[in-house]
Amino acid sequence: MIREQLQKIREQAAAQIAVMNDTKSLEELRVRMLGKKGELTAILKQMGQLSAEERPVIGQLANDVRASLEADINNKAAALKAAMTEQRLKAEAVDVTMPGKVRRVGTRHPLNIVLDDLKAIFRGMGYTVVDGPEVEETKYVFDMLNTDEGHPAREPSDTFYITENTLLRTQTSSVQIRTMLKEKPPIAIISPGRVYRPDAVDGTHSPIFHQCEGLVIDKNITFGDLKGTLENFAKSLYGNDVKLRFRPHHFPYTEPSAEVDLSCFKCGGKGCPLCKYEGWIEMLGSGVVHPQVLINCGIDPNEYSGFAFGIGLERIAMMRYNIDDMRLLYENDARFLSQF
Amino acid sequence: MNLSMKWLNDYVKADMPIKDFVAGITMSGSKVETYHEMRGEVDKVVIGKVLDIKKHEDSDKLWICQVDIGQDAPIQIVTAATNVVKDACVPVVLDGGTVIDKEHNTTVKIKKGKLRGAESCGMFCSFNELGMDNSDFPYSSPDGVLILNDDPDFDKMKPGDDVLKAVGLDDISVEFEITNNRPDCLSVLGLAREASATFDLPYNVTEPTFTGIDCDINSELSVTVENTKLCSRYMAAKVKNVKIGPSPRWMVERLRASGVRAINNLVDITNFVMLEYGHPMHAFDARYVAGNKIIVRNAKEGEVLKLLDEAKEPVKLSPEMLVIADAEKPMAVAGVMGGEYSGIWDDTTEVIFESACFDGVSVRRTARKVGERTEASSRFEKGLDPINAKNALYRALQLVEMLGCGEVVKTVIDEDHSNKTPHKLVHDYKWVNSFLGAEIPEEEQITILEKLGFVYDRATHEITVPSVRIDMNLPCDIGEEIARIYGYNKIESTIPKLSSRSRVTKEQKFTDKLTDIMVSQGCLETMTFSFISPKSYEKIRLPEIRRKSVTLLRPLGEDTSVMRTTMTPSMTELIVRNINNRTPEGRFFEIGRVYLPKGSAEELPEERDILCIGAYGPDEDFFTFKGIAEAIFEVTGINAKFEKTVNDTFHTGRCAKITVGGRYIGVLGELHPTVSENYGVKERIYIAEFDIASMCELADSDVKYKQLPKFPAITRDLSLVCDDSITSGEIIETIIASGKHLEQVSLFDMYKGAGVPEGKKSLSYSIIMRRSDKTMENEEADKYVEKILKALAEKNITLR
Repeated sequence: MIREQLQKIREQAAAQIAVMNDTKSLEELRVRMLGKKGELTAILKQMGQLSAEERPVIGQLANDVRASLEADINNKAAALKAAMTEQRLKAEAVDVTMPGKVRRVGTRHPLNIVLDDLKAIFRGMGYTVVDGPEVEETKYVFDMLNTDEGHPAREPSDTFYITENTLLRTQTSSVQIRTMLKEKPPIAIISPGRVYRPDAVDGTHSPIFHQCEGLVIDKNITFGDLKGTLENFAKSLYGNDVKLRFRPHHFPYTEPSAEVDLSCFKCGGKGCPLCKYEGWIEMLGSGVVHPQVLINCGIDPNEYSGFAFGIGLERIAMMRYNIDDMRLLYENDARFLSQF
Repeated sequence: MNLSMKWLNDYVKADMPIKDFVAGITMSGSKVETYHEMRGEVDKVVIGKVLDIKKHEDSDKLWICQVDIGQDAPIQIVTAATNVVKDACVPVVLDGGTVIDKEHNTTVKIKKGKLRGAESCGMFCSFNELGMDNSDFPYSSPDGVLILNDDPDFDKMKPGDDVLKAVGLDDISVEFEITNNRPDCLSVLGLAREASATFDLPYNVTEPTFTGIDCDINSELSVTVENTKLCSRYMAAKVKNVKIGPSPRWMVERLRASGVRAINNLVDITNFVMLEYGHPMHAFDARYVAGNKIIVRNAKEGEVLKLLDEAKEPVKLSPEMLVIADAEKPMAVAGVMGGEYSGIWDDTTEVIFESACFDGVSVRRTARKVGERTEASSRFEKGLDPINAKNALYRALQLVEMLGCGEVVKTVIDEDHSNKTPHKLVHDYKWVNSFLGAEIPEEEQITILEKLGFVYDRATHEITVPSVRIDMNLPCDIGEEIARIYGYNKIESTIPKLSSRSRVTKEQKFTDKLTDIMVSQGCLETMTFSFISPKSYEKIRLPEIRRKSVTLLRPLGEDTSVMRTTMTPSMTELIVRNINNRTPEGRFFEIGRVYLPKGSAEELPEERDILCIGAYGPDEDFFTFKGIAEAIFEVTGINAKFEKTVNDTFHTGRCAKITVGGRYIGVLGELHPTVSENYGVKERIYIAEFDIASMCELADSDVKYKQLPKFPAITRDLSLVCDDSITSGEIIETIIASGKHLEQVSLFDMYKGAGVPEGKKSLSYSIIMRRSDKTMENEEADKYVEKILKALAEKNITLR
């Protein structure tokens, strides 16, 4: 009798489970069948009526039925959940080609992006970044840099004067002088910053532009060290394939002086419009610090020597980003600035 | 400096391909800007001799010529020219050749063809078509074909020769950029010396000499130098029986390749010598030297002089200028330009040559003042060698005799106050090597110096510097000479072992952090000029006291004439420009400088780095903009306080000053509508300026990790009602002052209107409390809130 009941429950329940399509009725069924007051439990309560021989057999059967029902219910539950998830995901599908919701971030100015690169390279080589005033005394910009009274660079056509003895610095070398006066060697600094010259604004000129000058003063510093340092710098900035050419030049504050050309990074030196078919691009000025400059700063040229160099940031930035008009750098048009 | 390669080759046989010459000389320190062949685009034009000429059968205007062009058989050319005769030698453009069309400023390619049935294998051409003019061929008529039979070099010409070569136009002109320290290279001889050293070629220059006629210049002329400081040497020579005429072709062509037009033999000689020796000369017509006296003196107030510069007004002279005067009047501005009156004329018969040394700075200042920066002044201004002054004069006299254009008086006047002690330096090859970081053998170093014209004493290692080399003073100068001729690029590159360490200052780190925050807040970094128009101060309604600025003596224009004391005008201008460009919105920032003048103009101003932020657009309001500032303070740990302030630049109700512990660090707000109007826009513009050094000082740079909370927090929301005049800042301060275990107090709602009495507002705050030692119980929290409400009630702030 019990055996039949058990069989029946199993069959009926299996049939009900098979057609169920929601979790709620499935849970009700679980309680109805397997709960403390459930049908299966009720049947099991009749076990006492059975003989000692039958009891274990029916007991075993009842456990089988329970396990079978639990498995059926669990399987069904899993299937229903999977179907529901599937349905939800389907409903939530989006058009992935629609635009994202951007929280706009800003941009750096191209000149500062370049400057950051330079700072990182030179800091990596042991240099300290120093700053100094833009309104300067003539002595720091000219006199102590061996640029005597009467030198063309001092003419009012080449320099913005404030008074006879104060001016807007025409180069950041003044910071080097201030550093040498303040600190004892060894010195390894770069001095990036704004410089001023009375050039009217056009595609390639601006009365304000930016330089990054460098200075090293230490024992036994040679011209070869200058070459090696600038080669290192250029390779860090432009990659290992770049070649440097040191061309004799003249600056009042260095001796020997050199202009440095880089093999054209666009054509690799074969010749193209960027390098005007010369294969080389003039990149920076440099030289071994003139002993008189050291003496002016209270440094003994017999004990110490050094080198200096100057790099124009505009030039690097303009070439890196294909900027063909310098005015763009100072017009601050959002459509330009947001490109970097 | 434009150099004629032919001229150079007179002294150094630098006959390598021009590309190699240019590359080599550039790399030894004389930078070549560019070079060009004097022939220009003229190509395939040879000398032809007309063997036979007869009329074209089908034309009255055409002639058929058989022309010998130096080949086995003559070629046939059909011409319309009327001046061609049998045996005439003419320039013939061959098939495929190119000539100049001066009228249309272009070139013409000639092709073989048929003219009325007769084959023509080329074209005869005029001097115009060769790119030359009448002064090159004075014997030729300007119309018709150039007939070379009367040419002075005719006997050297033969059919088939390149015609431009035959008339000297086969030169190459090389343009050099000569550095300031090498005025000696503004000359053919200077560059010849460089070429000789660079390419290891002999330097064939001899000291110039002349014969002269027996006669003493002192009986005909006197020279007085009144200012020997500005004129260290003045030499004068006289040429009699002058025959003014054209210069020979070799001279004309060398001048042409140097960019100088030939005028007449006497004038050409002065120019030729200036280019060859680098020493400017001057020639006076002796007739106009009043009293036969030359006086080198300062100009007198009120003196004027009409210069040799065509059509310009006479220049006013002033007492700091040096002039060459005669007994009565100034004749020339020393070292700059001669007067028109005493210059060389076609009927000049006696000439006085001047070769002198004037003070460089004085010449440059004078040249600028009279507005004539000439070839002469640009050489003088660098300082010239007194010994070269004599060589130049002698060379001029030598040329006069060579050209047969006058008789040179045997004696010359020499007022010499110059120092001609030879300059000596000691060469130490080991020092040079250690200085350069090179290993150049002693002998090689000595050879380099000798090739450059230094006289080397092997016993003492003393070198005597050539007198034209004003740039040689120190051992490092010797080092440079050796390095550049040896080759900069042959010196091994080394990496110095620096004993210094890289340091980064607190302010540098702080500035980098600010930049990162600004970028994260969507701001575009800008770069504005640090000089502005003084009118900007008016536009932003800046108080008078803040308008005092560092002012440029000679600005490019009013717009860029004062150093800004505030960045607001720069930021406003760029925002307005973007508005005008129809960019709908924007956030910007710049870390820039302001320049605050001190007491006297001689004192350097205080330069302060400022963070300036600007924004505009439909989604921007006071609070979105303030959010940018709050992001800064949160990230940098600055405990900033915003207070309402009145500032004429800003909206009276939307401007806050920011302080930390009572110290001012910046201002933030919406621009006053009048200010926007002054810039021609209606849009709301938000601007903030912060002083970076102050912020950096107040920032919490010493961040330490705080333990994460172990116990739960209790949150209470308080909806309060208060008078409109009470600020949220005051309420928060009261809550903080009266509360306990507060973790956060934040405003989440502001309401005015129905349910809230007129003149009052409702503000809702969320208060988070948490104990660090145990879980806070509700009762405890109630107690704290009670205290807060009591404190608020004292200020008439009540629960809603």
